[in-house]
Amino acid sequence: MTESTKSGAAVGEPAAASPAPSAFLEVRDLKVHFPTDDGLVKSVDGLSFTLEKGKTLGIVGESGSGKSVTSLGIMGLHTAGQYGKRKAQISGEIWLNGTELLSADPDHVRKLRGREMSMIFQDPLSALHPYYTIGQQIVEAYRIHHDVDKKTARRRAVEMLDRVGIPQPDKRVDNYPHEFSGGMRQRAMIAMSLVNNPELLIADEPTTALDVTVQAQILDLIRDLQKEFGSAVIIITHDLGVVAELADDLLVMYGGRCVERGPAEKVFYEPRHPYTWGLLGSMPRLDRDQQERLIPVKGSPPSLINIPSGCAFNPRCPYADVPKDNVTRTVRPELTEVGSKHWAACHMSQEQRERIWTEEIAPKL
Amino acid sequence: MSENAEDKAVAAPAQSAGATLTKDAAPGETLLKVTGLQKHFPIKKGLLQRQVGAVHAVDGLDFEVRAGETLGVVGESGCGKSTMGRLITRLLEPTGGTIEFEGKDITHLGVAGMRPMRRDVQMVFQDPYSSLNPRHTIGTIISAPFRLQGVEPEGGVKKEVQRLLSVVGLNPEHYNRYPHEFSGGQRQRIGIARALALKPKLVVADEPVSALDVSIQAQVVNLLDDLQQELGLTYVIIAHDLSVVRHVSDRIAVMYLGKIVELADRNSLYKAPMHPYTKALMSAVPIPDPARRGVKSERILLKGDVPSPISPPSGCRFHTRCWKATEICKTTEPPLLELRPGQRVACHHPENFEDQAPQDTILLSDAKEAAELVPDAVLEESAETSAAVAAETGAASDATTAEKAPAGKKQAEEK
Repeated sequence: MTESTKSGAAVGEPAAASPAPSAFLEVRDLKVHFPTDDGLVKSVDGLSFTLEKGKTLGIVGESGSGKSVTSLGIMGLHTAGQYGKRKAQISGEIWLNGTELLSADPDHVRKLRGREMSMIFQDPLSALHPYYTIGQQIVEAYRIHHDVDKKTARRRAVEMLDRVGIPQPDKRVDNYPHEFSGGMRQRAMIAMSLVNNPELLIADEPTTALDVTVQAQILDLIRDLQKEFGSAVIIITHDLGVVAELADDLLVMYGGRCVERGPAEKVFYEPRHPYTWGLLGSMPRLDRDQQERLIPVKGSPPSLINIPSGCAFNPRCPYADVPKDNVTRTVRPELTEVGSKHWAACHMSQEQRERIWTEEIAPKL
Repeated sequence: MSENAEDKAVAAPAQSAGATLTKDAAPGETLLKVTGLQKHFPIKKGLLQRQVGAVHAVDGLDFEVRAGETLGVVGESGCGKSTMGRLITRLLEPTGGTIEFEGKDITHLGVAGMRPMRRDVQMVFQDPYSSLNPRHTIGTIISAPFRLQGVEPEGGVKKEVQRLLSVVGLNPEHYNRYPHEFSGGQRQRIGIARALALKPKLVVADEPVSALDVSIQAQVVNLLDDLQQELGLTYVIIAHDLSVVRHVSDRIAVMYLGKIVELADRNSLYKAPMHPYTKALMSAVPIPDPARRGVKSERILLKGDVPSPISPPSGCRFHTRCWKATEICKTTEPPLLELRPGQRVACHHPENFEDQAPQDTILLSDAKEAAELVPDAVLEESAETSAAVAAETGAASDATTAEKAPAGKKQAEEK
């Protein structure tokens, strides 16, 4: 890709203790743990990344790898729930535009939520309130952050619906969510999340519930809107095709941890973690000649209560038995730099991984 | 879904084991033949529940499934692909048309008449969470087909169930576990084991992998592949994921609003799609290759949404969103014709082929709008190929046209 994409969204060095981050969004050693009767569920266990304005970070991983928990953590939605005594245990630091969110006053975070940062959810039917019209919901989101009368807010809502490509926005603004089709609901959700011109937009599986033709429309829309508003976007998905379309940087999660991250081109063309290899091998591809067989990852994802000691991927890793130098298997591998702005967490030496990728994996893909 | 599975099973109590278990359909012969298949769901309203309309879920399908092959069925949600699956397994009663299985008309067979058939046609459901009864052990679930069909497998039911478990890659010792103790991928394997219990000839799989994670999805796809080779199964695989369908299928049917718009061999379909809808559908699939990010030149965006199947558009159902639609598309329904060997298309103005209605050149206003969303490169290329094919006067030379198709071009670029 172009130089600008490579240099722009730097994927930061794992957290140093010093504050004052220069990046627009910086997450340092984020941990989100949920106490349950069966034990402590370590949904996110030490995650760090940075994101610049105008750039897109793609977070990929299987279900239960902590992708959504991370996004809710950034939005401050774990602590917000007051239901029952069980609360998430969150530690680490989240810096958004110079403000640390986890230690900030909840009232302050509430002011930021929706205005500075907003979110597109996976299922628009359950994220929209069935009793209120689309217009009422967008107007509410706007008036919370802007001191304007209802008329102005309504005009703004119509304007946003028009911007996301809903036909006859002045009529559709008075429709209820059930009167919209799936793709239109997702458009309405996007309109709602962008009504305050947020600087950070988190899209959690924005197209998973949609058909492929509608997905193409929505992905184009997100891309255009990002260009227009210059926001930073985090896109969370399990579909490598979707991230390849949108993301400048990629973060691969497994068992609540980041196993690899770097510029999208690097992660796709020179992946340095066996799990990333597994993801690439599992995927039938339309742009290649027919593969004889897919190369799946054996086994199933780990329990987040008993994450395997050492590398979480160890039990499923086809290269677990490759002899490694000076490595204790029960020690968790740290992210190490394997290329420019490209990190991977694996005990194998870089030469070993490079050799395996170029000789064994890449030819089969 | 589980309800239907149970219904199907319950519908076939203690059948004598005497039913013929022949494996007679030789590979390549027609196993299942569907003609003019229709299913309309009535819409009832008011106190008297008068019928005020109907959802035309499946509206005239013609296709056949040959023994030993995999037929993939793709389409967007609401196109009737799942209804089709349920019709050919006779979980639903067709409104019209005929279904023949091994030459026997099974369209309107009653519960008793279907019983011997149930053994030969099995189904794998989409959601592995709701298609297994949570209160039954895996052993009970997989042995249900034996119990219901009154079959006593060699060596006893338990041994056979354990054999099936190992066939699908599960530990035979998990015989006594309950569904909640298994992960999604493992449950799907259980569903497959149950479908295989009676050694069926045809397995209809409705979105067998769409509820699974990518890495698990690949495991199940490979398993289906292996089982087909070992047991000589015939599959009808219904899915919305075009890359998965291409991977598993020999032939592929593309559905739109209750109709098959294109039915072709895998390679012809992906290299040179002839129906504009197929082309749009394939261009919409995101390609996992960041080098092509933002390259909009080949993507065809369809405007709006799929029309309602309650009152489908007249003529060609795709004409409201098609960028090539002309007057004839609005008035006359295009028949599903075999324009090229092994490639049947229902379109007046097919891509990569001679125009079927060349006299009709004036685009509908809808089509003009739709064409704005189609990249110029695609339009030009399509004009070129059509002209080239026309020049050959429809000599049906796949080689040259396939080369010009975008799919072929992409692959050429890869190399």
